[in-house]
Amino acid sequence: MTVAIDRATGKRRGEPDPRRGGRLQRLKQSYQKYWYAYAMIAPVVVVLGVLVLYPLARGLYLTFTDANSLNSARTIGVNEIEATYQWVGLDNYADILWGPTSYDRFWSHFIWTIVWTVLCVTLHYVIGLGLALLLNQKLRGRTLYRLILVLPWAVPTFVTVFGWRFMLADSGIINSALDSIGLPSPQWLEDSFWQRFAAVMVNTWCGVPFMMVSLLGGLQSIDGTLYEAAEMDGANAWQRFRYVTLPGLRTVSSTVVLLGVIWTFNQFAVIFLLFGNTAPDAQILVTWAYQLGFGQQPRDYAQSAAYGILLLSILIVFTSVYRRWLDRNEQSAI
Amino acid sequence: MSTTTLPNAAPVDQTPAPAAPPRRTRGRGQGSRVGSLVSHAILIVASFAALFPIAWLVFLSLGPDKDDYLHPGRIFGKMTFDNYTFVLTETNFTDWLVSTLIVSLGTTVIGVLVAATTGYAVSRMRFPGYRKFMWLLLVTQMFPVAVLMVPMYEILSELQLIDSYLGLILVYCTTAVPYCAWLLKGYFDTIPFEIDEAGRVDGLTPFGTFARLILPLAKPGLAVAAFYSFITAVSEVAFATVFMLSDTKYTFAVGLQSFVSEHDAQRQYMAATAVLVAIPVSAFFYLVQKNLVTGLTAGGTKG
Repeated sequence: MTVAIDRATGKRRGEPDPRRGGRLQRLKQSYQKYWYAYAMIAPVVVVLGVLVLYPLARGLYLTFTDANSLNSARTIGVNEIEATYQWVGLDNYADILWGPTSYDRFWSHFIWTIVWTVLCVTLHYVIGLGLALLLNQKLRGRTLYRLILVLPWAVPTFVTVFGWRFMLADSGIINSALDSIGLPSPQWLEDSFWQRFAAVMVNTWCGVPFMMVSLLGGLQSIDGTLYEAAEMDGANAWQRFRYVTLPGLRTVSSTVVLLGVIWTFNQFAVIFLLFGNTAPDAQILVTWAYQLGFGQQPRDYAQSAAYGILLLSILIVFTSVYRRWLDRNEQSAI
Repeated sequence: MSTTTLPNAAPVDQTPAPAAPPRRTRGRGQGSRVGSLVSHAILIVASFAALFPIAWLVFLSLGPDKDDYLHPGRIFGKMTFDNYTFVLTETNFTDWLVSTLIVSLGTTVIGVLVAATTGYAVSRMRFPGYRKFMWLLLVTQMFPVAVLMVPMYEILSELQLIDSYLGLILVYCTTAVPYCAWLLKGYFDTIPFEIDEAGRVDGLTPFGTFARLILPLAKPGLAVAAFYSFITAVSEVAFATVFMLSDTKYTFAVGLQSFVSEHDAQRQYMAATAVLVAIPVSAFFYLVQKNLVTGLTAGGTKG
């Protein structure tokens, strides 16, 4: 992705150096030259500004207060009740990170979120890559396979999750099948280890098609002559994979892995719909924050938003490190 | 790019697998019978895994009794479409269908339109602030629902957009547009700049070039963006649950939930509803799927 961004376009050719002249003039020049560019991105900027950046700022403010559904401004019938929440500084963060029972409330979920993300993204990527490699061969019926394999992506998550709930129920089909071949039948939706197992399984099932299709696109764009050259040099199948396929997939992989990490980290629907409120141990930070803010009474807006801000910070730190790491590898490769 | 790494392959080659002289190295596309059988076997297993949960749901939806999901064997004897009749006539299903369609198609149209202009601008013009803008688009992907939910609720209620389709459409655009713009930027990058220049020479404005030359060429990319927006809007649960209040305006994601708590013991209706929901979405999916592979990674694949 970095490559895509850095790619110079032909637009720069033969333009005068914009750095000449005063600041105002430069601004004017840049406006004259780029006004249509700004006009084209204006709608996005407005929508994102109003509906994302402003709420973010407001959310950040809420984390410094003790707002909950009892002291926020609200309207009951004809009475308008003023907001009465107060500024509490960093108390929310301190309470989440170091307060009593902070291990149960934050750190256990934090660790589980990391485990969940790593497990899911690894499984998505490995299975997706494997299937993409298989589909990239000349194989009878591969279009049909592809159509079937993208099905988990084509059907909305909330539908498929309900399907899984039927299958994972105590005497559902999976346990019946396990029983009939003499394996123990775990309580998928009650026991906390199996809840986690089930969550990872369902999310893997949901997420593989995206990886598969993306990587298939990447595979198809690798120049075939590279494989021929590798064959001429006597590379075997593993070596061709290791030294042609993997480097060829680098750009796609780095993008889809990043997106995969972000989406999995923030994956809401699977866990929320699979367990509802019944699985405190399987909640990742996102669903836990939602639980605090909307799933209980009184709704704890401030803590919920503080969780959100923490989540966002983790992701931003991760992304920066990841991009820097990519950039460095890029340089060492050249 | 990989030419530099290829010579490294030679030293590794010095340790050939036992009883496998280099001549036996098989070329690409000339896989043995065994190899292709194994591929087929794996793909069949994977397809089964992909298909089964959905097929199972369809199967269960045909059983008339609420506990049939525990005794699937009994369904064969008494298959019926009664569940579907019940869902279609006795529940708010049609209302939910209408609101889901309004919201998701609205998101698709607005989202793709906005994302296309944005993607074009960042693909063709290196305006000041460009890199920051791309970074911003990426970061908006990361916002967890928990931070935005309360403030968004406040803003939408000030704008009188709570419990309205437009409000939900706008909210979904904030998640769909950044990714679509990214995706489309990648796709636009693959369209030669000479086409733009030719358009300019012939006297088209930047917008004219975009609308008349680039958009028609970018159909596969647009199809994928449309699909992504559509799926995002249909599948989203958290915002829809909080922002839509009247039960005739529920989208399916919310409707199905309310259905579950209302008819908790009657899972057969739930299964039937789920199947009915899946049909339009899958139909849309298979309309655009031809373009998926090309559109999805067009920009990301150039090393």
